Amino acid sequence: MDERPAPLTPSQTVGPFFHFGLVWPDGASVVPEGTPGSFLLHGRVLDGAGAPVPDALVETWQADAEGRFDHPDDPRRPVALTPAGFRGFGRCPTDAEGRYGVLTVKPGAVAPAAAPHLVLSIFARGLLDRVVTRCYLPDDAEAHAGDPVLSALDPGRRATLVAVADDAGYRFDIRLQGPDETVFLAV
Amino acid sequence: MSTPPHPGRPGPSFAPFGYAPVPEGVHPPLASPDYRSAELRAPSRPPLAIAPGLTEITGPLLGGDRVGPLDHDLTRQHGAEPVGQRIVVHGRVVDGDGRGVGATLVEIWQANASGRYRHAMDQWPGVLDPNFSGAGRTLTDADGSYRFVTVKPGAYPWKNHHNAWRPAHIHVSLFGRSFSQRLVTQMYFPDDPLFFQDPIFNSVPDPAARQRLVSAYDHESSQPEWALAFRFDLVLRGRRSTPFEGVDHG
Repeated sequence: MDERPAPLTPSQTVGPFFHFGLVWPDGASVVPEGTPGSFLLHGRVLDGAGAPVPDALVETWQADAEGRFDHPDDPRRPVALTPAGFRGFGRCPTDAEGRYGVLTVKPGAVAPAAAPHLVLSIFARGLLDRVVTRCYLPDDAEAHAGDPVLSALDPGRRATLVAVADDAGYRFDIRLQGPDETVFLAV
Repeated sequence: MSTPPHPGRPGPSFAPFGYAPVPEGVHPPLASPDYRSAELRAPSRPPLAIAPGLTEITGPLLGGDRVGPLDHDLTRQHGAEPVGQRIVVHGRVVDGDGRGVGATLVEIWQANASGRYRHAMDQWPGVLDPNFSGAGRTLTDADGSYRFVTVKPGAYPWKNHHNAWRPAHIHVSLFGRSFSQRLVTQMYFPDDPLFFQDPIFNSVPDPAARQRLVSAYDHESSQPEWALAFRFDLVLRGRRSTPFEGVDHG
């Protein structure tokens, strides 16, 4: 392992009282209200007993509709992201029923082999460090077969990373613990 | 996608291989039996290590338009000054390679001098202060420096174990330049007598890493007749210099 000149700062839990510090009025708007093609990516955060987690913070990050990022590590930068007003980042606290939701558009594929996906961070009281996962969309089933992350998982575990289409958009529940525990990732 | 790849564009944050792994002992294990809230929330399986894709290597570079002129000064957000010991909290955000992380959003939140949060779920009989909200934000300078003015938070009780008290702390949230660098942590104050019984502070396995959560009293930066200063430097993950060596999951 590399010798590092500066040793890292440890993580600590976000605790139960983050709302007045971290919640933004426009946090859930990955794209502006009314963006054509936008949908709600939403779901519930559940604990090991299946009970809702009412004090979690869910953050999302994703490529734009063409699979691009406004970031120096995207070799295609600078580009105008689509759709207009695309921020890429979403942040939403869960409510009393453990529900979160962000308004977004479908990300494009970021590499030829990779199926379109978002990454999520979940912070909560009881989590001493964030947990990270990816969310894939069910309409890309063909691409899922070739995706390097999904194809490495057995089918039962794989399903925890694929959202379900519904009237609002897509539902993606996050189970922190238990038999149906979401696959969490070290990235 | 017709745009050809930009030839060799190793800018100051170019990370083709993603970010170096976090050494053992730095971050707390999610399953920490002494911290009761973790019991039903900590995942039971270890996370799956994947080779990061562009989604994990990039990250939101935002915040400039979110920071108001007084957001860094928690003592000037109301009609009068809050009660408590006025302090300056400052330091640098760097990455594991020692490079300053400039223009990154730093968000903080804390209890007031009585140890009470302005939050509906905080109901212990500490006193609320009408002149203190307890939230601040700022953007780091080009070299990664940041500075807040606030009051020293009080300790407060919680129900984790008998006579449990959280040491005084300020919550800190950082984005860095990458989704992989995102960090939420807590800053403590030197010589706090409550450290010994706090399962959150003690959840960091490596004692040296744990001490990096403790700010240093900084007399040079204390301002005569006005405020005490504490220095708190934060170190985010550095870049990986070689490709991911495990099974390539993408």
